[in-house]
Amino acid sequence: MPIISISQLSKTYKSGFTALRDINLAIEPGEIFALLGPNGAGKSTLINIVCGIVTPSSGTVLVDGHDIAGDYRAARRTIGLVPQELTTDAFETVLNTVSFSRGLFGLRPDPGHIERILRALSLWDKRDSRLMTLSGGMKRRVLIAKALSHEPRVLFLDEPTAGVDVELRQDMWRLVRELRQQGVTVILTTHYIEEAEEMADRIGVIRRGEIILVEEKAALMRKLGRKQLTLHLQQPIASVPPDLGDYELALAGDGRELVYTYDTRAERTGITGLLTGLAAAGIRFNDLHTEQSSLEDIFVGLVREEGAQA
Amino acid sequence: MNAASSMNWPAVRAIYRFEMGRFWRTAGQSILAPVISTTLYFVVFGAAIGSRVTAVDGVPYGLFIVPGLIMLSLLTQSISNASFGIYFPRFAGTIYEILSAPISPLEVVLGFVGAAASKSILIGLIILATSALFVPLRIDHPLWMIGFLLLTAVTFSLFGFVIGLWADGFEKLQLVPLLVVTPLTFLGGSFYAIGMLPPFWHAVSLLNPVVYLISGFRWAFFGKADVNIAISLGMTALFLVICLGLVTYIFRTGYRLKS
Repeated sequence: MPIISISQLSKTYKSGFTALRDINLAIEPGEIFALLGPNGAGKSTLINIVCGIVTPSSGTVLVDGHDIAGDYRAARRTIGLVPQELTTDAFETVLNTVSFSRGLFGLRPDPGHIERILRALSLWDKRDSRLMTLSGGMKRRVLIAKALSHEPRVLFLDEPTAGVDVELRQDMWRLVRELRQQGVTVILTTHYIEEAEEMADRIGVIRRGEIILVEEKAALMRKLGRKQLTLHLQQPIASVPPDLGDYELALAGDGRELVYTYDTRAERTGITGLLTGLAAAGIRFNDLHTEQSSLEDIFVGLVREEGAQA
Repeated sequence: MNAASSMNWPAVRAIYRFEMGRFWRTAGQSILAPVISTTLYFVVFGAAIGSRVTAVDGVPYGLFIVPGLIMLSLLTQSISNASFGIYFPRFAGTIYEILSAPISPLEVVLGFVGAAASKSILIGLIILATSALFVPLRIDHPLWMIGFLLLTAVTFSLFGFVIGLWADGFEKLQLVPLLVVTPLTFLGGSFYAIGMLPPFWHAVSLLNPVVYLISGFRWAFFGKADVNIAISLGMTALFLVICLGLVTYIFRTGYRLKS
């Protein structure tokens, strides 16, 4: 059973702006799911609905089988949320604010658990510091500590590494992996493709309130594994010589470019054989280059393609 | 915990303690301010003016103003504590945590309003203790006094909570307490019995809801009131019900809380 099951979810704000349209999505227990999308795509609205901060216009959301409206206590108890904005109680201490969060979720104080979280996030030495004295990166850590204080089974990270330094970003990635090992499901929204590549098991792309792609990262990476070698020919040719029919070749640039698509992960790329075959066929070239589409290219391509259709 | 059937008491306690923490952090200021203002009122109204005013309904003027002084602070403190308590998380954005926690609206209200009422009751008791330094206190109906103290603190904390949810800026947060509540309190018989007013203004004063609170509270002290104690109690209870209705409406509709 999915840990989160979203069916026909839509949201139209009072202003008339439709932020989500008929979203259907299932998140499996223990996976890391990255939700990619440009600004205003609906990522935060989707997260906020699941967490109970925004009221949906229609549709249902089940968290571990509990309806977020009808059985909100059980649903919310499962979830920890790290919001995008650095919202903190400026005058509170780190220890107090994290302990407060645990209490909100109906749990008895557990100083040992809070200490473990603060130590894991390098916040223990700052436990008596007021939040207003902390840097932006430390405040981000505090928000994560608050979200983890009630031992959630699902963690939402809304743009977790926006504006944080490299060290914190790597710390956060490490923490997310540790959480996954403990069985926590992590859903993160991000602008950063590299973050999705680094962390996610599955990737979803949202644009203008619609999910336009959900795919295993491994499948996407297989697409990434495809590479193209373009040879700039000295003389144009009308067609690919029959002797080179075994290679995945295509003509471009009015016959002046020969494009060879190959798999970088294959045992043999076939490049040496191709070049030998070209020499045997008397085809000479004066330049060459290779290209590999990144996840970012796929993402941008998808977003543009959908945009053109809209 | 089984869904909505049982209360999330740890959450109520967490909100209550968090809010009370704000009070204790500034304990010096929280306690000193009412002590100083009460002392000033006694110097001005008790010693300077009071010595020239005859007893009101047989109660020496210095003693007569004690219930009014307590009520004055109780109303303003209840409103400001509760309105600030809920407005600040909205302003700072930390309200997301309350909205995404497994808490019912009733539990949120219990935490915030309970803390606001506790703070104002503490201040009320501090004023009462300070008054004892200036006048020999007399409380004819102590249980009624405590009852009115609790009822008024809770009612006006609820009212403050509504203001804190309604306000979309610090100016609005101050608007109702400054322009409505303070004048009504001063004109509600804090420092005089409304029976001392000419008939017209006496009739006008009866439209002021604060009159009933102060009158009832004063009756608990001296057994004498401007209006019947049952009417005072009924009016206070009515205001409590109105505030409860407003808070319920706000949470049901998500007004100013959820988009």
